Formats: sequence, structure tokens, C-alpha cells
Amino acid sequence: MEKTSTRFHDETRTTCFHCGELCDEEIILHDDKGFCCTGCKTVYEVLNENDLCDYYDISETPGSNRKKENSRFNRFDYLDDPEVLENLVDFKDDKNIHITFYVPLIHCASCIWLLENLHRLHDGIFYSRVDFINKKVQVKFSREKISLKHLVSLMAGIGYEPQIHLSDMVHPKKPAVDRKLVYKLAVAGFCFGNMMFFSLPEYFSEAELLGDGFRELFHYLNVLLALPVVFYSATDYFRNAWMSLKNRSVSMEVPIAIGIATLFLYSLYEIFVMGREGYLDTMGGLLFFLLVGKWYQQKTFDTLSFDRDYTSYFPIAVSRMVKDREEVIPLTKVQVGDRISVRNEELVPADSVLLDEAALIDYSFVTGEEVPVRVQKGALVYAGGRLKGSSVQLLVQKSPSQGYLTDLWNQETFNKENREDSLASLATLISGKFTLTVLLIAFGALVYWSFYDLPMGVRAFTAVLIITCPCALAMSTPFTLGNVMRIFGKRGFFLKNSQVIEKLAMVDTLVFDKTGTLTSPSKAQIHYEGEALSEETLSVLKALVNHSIHPLSNRINRWLGDIPAAKLERVEEVPGKGLKAIYKSQDVFLGAASISGMNDKTGFKSKGNKVHLLLEGVHLGTFYIESGMREGMAEMIQALGKSHSLHLLSGDQDHERAHLEEKFGPGMHMHFQQSPKDKLNQIQWLREEGKQVLMVGDGLNDSGALKAGQVGIAVTENISHFSPASDALLDGEKLRYLPAYLEFARLGRRIIKSSFGLSFAYNALGVFFAVQGLISPVFCAILMPASSISVVLFTTLATNYFARQKGMNEKPTSVWK
Amino acid sequence: MEVIFVLIGVSLVLAGGFLVLFFKAVKSGQYDDQHTPAMRILFDQKTKNKTKNKTPKKTK
Repeated sequence: MEKTSTRFHDETRTTCFHCGELCDEEIILHDDKGFCCTGCKTVYEVLNENDLCDYYDISETPGSNRKKENSRFNRFDYLDDPEVLENLVDFKDDKNIHITFYVPLIHCASCIWLLENLHRLHDGIFYSRVDFINKKVQVKFSREKISLKHLVSLMAGIGYEPQIHLSDMVHPKKPAVDRKLVYKLAVAGFCFGNMMFFSLPEYFSEAELLGDGFRELFHYLNVLLALPVVFYSATDYFRNAWMSLKNRSVSMEVPIAIGIATLFLYSLYEIFVMGREGYLDTMGGLLFFLLVGKWYQQKTFDTLSFDRDYTSYFPIAVSRMVKDREEVIPLTKVQVGDRISVRNEELVPADSVLLDEAALIDYSFVTGEEVPVRVQKGALVYAGGRLKGSSVQLLVQKSPSQGYLTDLWNQETFNKENREDSLASLATLISGKFTLTVLLIAFGALVYWSFYDLPMGVRAFTAVLIITCPCALAMSTPFTLGNVMRIFGKRGFFLKNSQVIEKLAMVDTLVFDKTGTLTSPSKAQIHYEGEALSEETLSVLKALVNHSIHPLSNRINRWLGDIPAAKLERVEEVPGKGLKAIYKSQDVFLGAASISGMNDKTGFKSKGNKVHLLLEGVHLGTFYIESGMREGMAEMIQALGKSHSLHLLSGDQDHERAHLEEKFGPGMHMHFQQSPKDKLNQIQWLREEGKQVLMVGDGLNDSGALKAGQVGIAVTENISHFSPASDALLDGEKLRYLPAYLEFARLGRRIIKSSFGLSFAYNALGVFFAVQGLISPVFCAILMPASSISVVLFTTLATNYFARQKGMNEKPTSVWK
Repeated sequence: MEVIFVLIGVSLVLAGGFLVLFFKAVKSGQYDDQHTPAMRILFDQKTKNKTKNKTPKKTK
């Protein structure tokens, strides 16, 4: 290349007024403000016209980039379909419609402000409310003045396009948050507090001073207050205990239900027959504490979704070609044999055959590898692939729910609920033996006393049942697990529910997916071979790759770093092939071998992707691009190898085997060329061998394996973006801390065990007095809450202490990226 | 001392009233979203629109 000075863009430093991104391609000036693309400018114009420019004052550059915006005018046509409308809306009558949209682009205060001012854009909208954490906006509008389709395009027009997916259609709307537990807790708390008031005088013999009238009034008030506790707040315990007895097992609820029932009935007997005070205040307190524990454990990461299947990602509508005319229909109505048209950046909704010459399909959603695959005419395109480049027509081969990948969900093995299996929780294991022992002791006391004094025997019998109500036992699990879950959440590891912790602690076999899990697209390694690149060539390259959004271009772009771009003419992207341009009347080409007119003879390095650079048809050099390992993977594998057996599953060819073996050592069993089905079978095979399997994967192709494993962890780059159904979500950056997480889960289990020991000590003490018939209401009212509270304190302090010791409590990471 | 009968009644009614109020508050969804209202309260109610003349500069 000849050496001459290059003209650089002066404006490369200018950022877009709307979205804040660098205007590196072009700069559009409007109202003295710079915009990076017409999309951003249009949004600004709309806002400016409607006097909504406060939007730009609340947060700086609040918009989102509009360069890649899909601007097909008829893409919302399906919203006119009455069946679609019926399924999407929250409420509708003749005049108004209420609907809740999921808008993933909500990210700052400006977004809230703008979306809550929608009524200023159109007078048909009279209400809009944003839920920031869940990224949802509820809109109420008058259906005479504005249609749903119009509303959605209006929102898309200002940069907040709602995401409407197939799952909104096929799954019934989830019922509103379950608030029953809160109600029950409130009732129990209210009754407990008041019963305490009425019982206190009794403890201090004040009631005698007040006279018998008061004593009786207090007793009856206590009975009155106990009724909602037993017949409302405690209903879950009775129901669950009954269910587990019906299934011939003894869960933790059984002894609790026995304890509560005995407390209540014996107290009624004491109050109405004996005229004494009973134990109702203790009962209220216990139930209150139990419900607090339940509530604490119920921590959920509402914004994260763990149960997503393919319907959460598939589009809700497709364009079907009928006699060269296009119509937009809901996906549920697509049938085998339909011709559908898919556009750039759209998802292929069903397994189909390609009718056009060629297409580039990005299966990153499926495999985790983001470099698109080239598909020829007549080849099968799997559902879940994303089209890159100009639109193509497809012939549907299978209905959307029966594709190659979606079929994985229909496997019968996946009814995980039915597989409450070998990994029963500690509490369940113990409660059976516990209940049996308690009943033995109680009957023993009854039989022993009945020889001397029958009423005394009955009293000892009930006292044992009352005092051993395993509340401390029942509380240690939820508080420990709830706390561990919170600590994990702070460190970028989100669990579906607290049972996952106990399963994690038991895991002995780890299975990793390779692409996208151990490797990361952002860690790509680029290796260049060929003639040395001059500074000028580099700047030409920079300008070339700036023009493309192809993942390989992005990686080269990142590799080039922050260097000035040269001025090119007639830059052209040949979809699926490469980039062409003219620089100083010379042809420059960057791309795949097939177009560059040379054979792929550089066979010595067959791994990874190759990008060739040609000047006037002369081959200058080749870039070899491989996706690299995430940081710390080798250390993590070695640490885990000491305590677990490890497996690697990869869909790739095995040319990387040697390289990986060198990195991970011999302890890793590697399996290559695994189809999604193979992965699933591999896990099931391991489980049949009696292994407790943890699967770590990322893409849709791992979804079968993730579900088949005892625990499935989905690794994701962005917690709120795509992830297949799983038990836990892990931030990709945090994967290397996996050994620490597993260790902490095991510690959690140990803490539960020791708190069981503590509550056994209390129970032994209680039983010691109970069998002698020495239990009084005051004794109960002190011992029982004291044991519960001390167990809760112990588990909370112990988890926090170990968390600090293991470095789990360091700095919290932000959840809402 | 008989006044205590009345006081107990009053206290129970009062506490029960608070319980009902709490139920109502939960039912109305007040506790569902605890984040957005905190941001919403910071918006100014200004009607006049001041235009910023400078383009925000950010280096990347």
C-alpha cells in the first residue's frame, strides 16, 4: 500500500444526543444536536414536537441506539387479530383496554418519566404506570381513540418497543402475586400480640387482683383470638401434613401439625373444664415465628425467570406468503407446508427448508456460538436460529412446537416435580425419625404414669407433644437457606428456590458445556498471519469493520483497538461473504475464502474462523479467530477436579481436545460432537449410575441437559437476557467462583445440621420436664420462643460469619444491569 | 375498674382496624413495587421546557 496521509473523521468523538453512542459512521445535525442515525433523530423529533424533551434532562443520553432497528411497517399487524388481543390484555370492556407490556429497554429515570407521560403523545391513552424492577408498563387506553396496534407502534416509535412473545399467548396469565402468606402472617402476628397482652397478667398473678371476672374474660378472649390462628394461619401446615401422610411419608409438617393441634385442644380443655389459663399464647407465638421463617425463605428473584421454555423467545407472529401476498398471522396458526418469510434479525419459528439461494443463520441462541452458519438452498433451518442478512422464504416442515429443539421440552422425563428423589432435604430425612421418637416417648410417659395416676399420665402425654413441637427444627432450615440464597444473590448467583442449595451441596459430578459456557465470545482470541500490517492498513481495516455488525467484524474491531479509521468509498457488505470497499481506487476485501477467489489451502490450522484480507485480489493475510476461555477457567476446573468428577460436553469437532486436555488436566472426561439429545442422554446415563449431577450450560441446546441434571445452572452474559429453563442463573463473569459457591452450599448444609443439634438439646431439656409432668404455661411461654429465636440467631450469624470468611460477602454486584 | 372492659374492647377494635387497613394496603399492590415510586418522586412537575444547547460529550 502506498504511503500517503489519511484523512480522518473529525467528528469521531461526537456522541449521539439521543443514545450517547459514538457517531462513528455519520453524524446527523438537527437543532444543533448530533445524532448517530436517523432513528435517533426521529425519536428526538417526536419528543420535541410533543414538548417532552424533559426526557433528556432527567438522565443524560437516555435513549437506546436505533441503528439496528427493525422498521418494517406491518410487523404489528397481528395485533389486530381479535384472538391475539383477547390473550394479551389484562382487562377489556366496550370502551377501554388495560394491558401490561414487558419493555426490556427500561433502564433509567428518564424511561419512567417518558413512559408515564404517554398520555401527552396521544389523547386515547389515559393511564400508564411503570414497574421499574420488572421492566413492565401498564397502559390503559380508550379503544375508540387508539388501537392496540397503533399504541404499540407509537411506543416503538419513541424507542420503547414492547416485547411480545409466544409465551404471552399460549400460557395463561400468571395469577397476581400470592399474598396469602402475608395475610396469614399478619393474622398470626395480630392474634399473637393480643394474646400475649391478655396472658401477661396471668404470669405475674395480676389477674387475681383484678378478680375472677377478668380472668375468665381474658381466657375467653384468648380462645377467640386463637381461632383465626388455628383455622386460618395454620391451615397450610394441616393440609401439608395430611398430604404427606397420605403419601406414606412423614414431612416436617406432621409433627408441627400434631403439636399445634395438641396445644389447641389441651388449652381448650384447660380453659373450659379446668378453668386454667392454657397455652394459647405459646401456640400463637410459635405459628407466628414459623410463618416468619416461611416468608423469609420465600425470597424470589421476581425479575429473573427460571422456567422459560422456547415460547418465551419465539415471536408471536410470522408473515405467511399466500399467492405472493404477505399476511401476518399468529404463530399458533402456522401449519406444516406454509411458506413463511423471515427478515433480517428475526427468529426462525419452526424447523423449515430454505427456499432461497443461501442464508446466514446465527444459532447463538441455540449453541452459544455467535458466528453465523451458512445454509444453502434446500437445507433444513432449525427453529431458534436468527437470520442475518436479507430476508428469505422458508417452507415450514414441522409445527413450531415439534421442532428439533423445542421437542426437548416435550420429553416426559422433564416433569421435575414428579422426581422428588434421592435428594430429599435434610429436614424431611430427620422429621420421620423425630416424630416416631416423640410419639414413643409420649406414649411411654402415658403408660408409665397410668399405673399410678391416670390424669397425670394424660398431662405428661400432652406435655411431651406440646414441648417437642419441632418449631426450632422447622425454622433452622428456612432461615439458613434463605440467608445463603441472599448471599449468593449478592454475588451474581441466583437460585430458583432454596431447595437448590441442598441439592448443590450433594452434587458429586459436574458437567460443563463448552461453547458459551467455558468459552466466551467476548474473550475471542485473534491471531493474524500474513504480510505485516502497516498503520495505514490498520486504519483501513478499522473503517471496514466499523461498517459491519457481523460478530467477526466486531471481534476484529475490538482487536484493532481504538485507532483512527480511514476514509473509504463505496463500502459494501456482501451478506455472508464479507466486506468490499474502495480505498484510493484500490479494491479492498475482507471476508470468507469463497469470495476472495482463493482456495482454502491454509489447512494447517483448521480450528476457529478465518477472515481473509485481500487488496486488488492479492491475498495479504488471514485472521484466525477462536473464542477464548473465560478468565480463571483452568484454575476453577483444577479446584473442582479434587472433589468432583468432571465432564465436558461439546457440540464441536474434537480438534481442540489436545489443547483442552493440556489446559484442564487429565481429570476431565471430554465428549465431542454432542447433539442436544446426546447431552440429555449423557446426563441421564450419569444419573442412572447414581451420580448427583450438576449441569452447567448456556444455550437452548443445553436446555434438555439442564433439566435432566439434579441441578442445572444456566450461565448468561446478562442476567436479564436469554437463558434456558434452569434451577439457577449465574453471571458469566462469576463462573470461576463456582468452587466457592459449591463449598458454601455444603457449609450451609452443615450449619443446618448443627442447628438441628441445638434444637434437639432444647427438646431433650423440655422432654425431661414434660415426662415428669412439670410443664407449666409460663415455662412453655419462655422456653419455646427462646429456643426458636436462638436457633434463628445461630443460623443467621453462622452463615454470615462463614460468608465473610469465604469472601462471599465482599462487594455486592449490581443486579439490574 | 369496670372501665377496663371498655378499654379492652376499644383496644381490640383499634388493633383489628389496623389489621384491616394493612390487608387493604397489601391488596392494593402498594408493596409490590418498592422501587419505582422512589424514582418517580424526584421528577419535577415543570411544564416549561428548557433546551440544552450543548451536546453531551462522552469518550468511549
